[in-house]
Amino acid sequence: MSSVLYDAPGPKARARSRVISVVGVIIIIAGLTALILALGAPKPSANGAIQPGMWDPTRWDALLDVEVWRTLGRGALATLTMAGVAAFFALILGVLFSFLRSADHAAIRVPTTIVLEFVRGMPVLLMMLFILLVFSTGSFWAGVAALSVYNGAIIGEALRAGINSLPRGQREAGLAIGLTPISTRFRIEFPQAFRQMLPIIIAQLVVLLKDTSLAFIVGYEELLRSGLYTMTNFFGQRYQFSFFLIVLAIYLAMNLSLSWLARVIARRSGPKAGKLVEAVPEPMPNAAGAGGGF
Amino acid sequence: MDAVIENLPVFLEGFKNTLGLLILSGTGALVLGVFVAALRISPIASFRAFATVYTELVRNTPLTLVLFFCAYILPYLQFSPGYFVLALIGLTVYTSPFVAEALRSGINGVPVGQAEAARSVGLTFGQSLSYVIMPQAVRMVIPPLINVFIALTKNTSVAGAFFVFELFGAGRQVVNDRGDAVIAILLAVATFYLIVTITLGQVAGRVEKKVAVLR
Repeated sequence: MSSVLYDAPGPKARARSRVISVVGVIIIIAGLTALILALGAPKPSANGAIQPGMWDPTRWDALLDVEVWRTLGRGALATLTMAGVAAFFALILGVLFSFLRSADHAAIRVPTTIVLEFVRGMPVLLMMLFILLVFSTGSFWAGVAALSVYNGAIIGEALRAGINSLPRGQREAGLAIGLTPISTRFRIEFPQAFRQMLPIIIAQLVVLLKDTSLAFIVGYEELLRSGLYTMTNFFGQRYQFSFFLIVLAIYLAMNLSLSWLARVIARRSGPKAGKLVEAVPEPMPNAAGAGGGF
Repeated sequence: MDAVIENLPVFLEGFKNTLGLLILSGTGALVLGVFVAALRISPIASFRAFATVYTELVRNTPLTLVLFFCAYILPYLQFSPGYFVLALIGLTVYTSPFVAEALRSGINGVPVGQAEAARSVGLTFGQSLSYVIMPQAVRMVIPPLINVFIALTKNTSVAGAFFVFELFGAGRQVVNDRGDAVIAILLAVATFYLIVTITLGQVAGRVEKKVAVLR
């Protein structure tokens, strides 16, 4: 759109913008280099001893230990297990919530709306603590339950928005050929809404995967706890920054690949859904309606 | 119930800190987010690339990891202005790409025809931005921005696990003292959060209806 706002740049303006671009690259690279050098510089600590810089080999030699990688692997597996189980239940709950929320009877619809508002307005962390202390489920199931309920509520709202955005003719056609209202919803409306909302649902699953790291606060041995706390306690404060970078890299690898998958699916399912409904929503994690979380 | 009433000052103290975290880091994230969004749509390719990489990296990092960096590693690098300020920095950095994305999607949401029409009636770059594009973009941006702040409200609870005494931390402390009234205490904490989030949600809905652009 920006190209519409001003006339096409002439040779002088183009040359100028090229110069600014090169200067920009230099500024950014200089800034990053300064940051890396600052991290690498040895620092005097409080008691006068000189601490080696962050890139010093003495801060990284713990990585030669196989047990480190085994612990990291266990942590990553625990994170993925929790995310997988929670995603499964969140999807089921999401479908259930979307049906209850758009039920014909006010006796079902109104309480569901209140429960959904309550769940979406509360921090996941608080929900985890609540489930852990009140139902004494153990940290794994407390995390899974809180994550499924919270993300289920958001997925449910997304699905409901998807069903609402369908042309009315879809439902009317279903009813006209003699399907019951429930069967119309299941066989005509729901598949279209699900496909249309798939990008948002996957974006929400990325949020869920990120939020499993909250479970370390209620004591679950996932990637953050096993990779950072346990290993720093075992190997010493010296390695904290190294372990931090490695844990960060693992999280980024997991989340970025899931985000990438979301984008691929959005591109694929876009044109197909476009035949029936216009305006495929952009896959943005917080586009899932009021109170959608990240 | 008496456990809640007895400890009301503790909750209010925590609530005050939660609001402080929300307002200060919300303002910070707004400033940083506008800056990142400006880089993201700027005509200079290197700034655009930098902003894109920043957005993708921060958006895909768990908040706990960001706050861990602020609470443990920054002090280790001899930067320790206190845990409240450290949590503020973490929440600001974590929220800024979400603000930037909300802004960007709002500006992209204005149809190209609007800009073309503005240009074709002879408005200059500045005029078409300030009279045609921005008034529409701001309206479209406000509801998603409020959603970002609702999520930020909930995210401040994570700071409670990193030595900041806010609502979640207050709840945890009171639960430790009064193990017999866990349900009442946690429901009280939830109520405080709901006061903020549901109010903001209502405002978002109201604004959305009021300023919706009819097309």
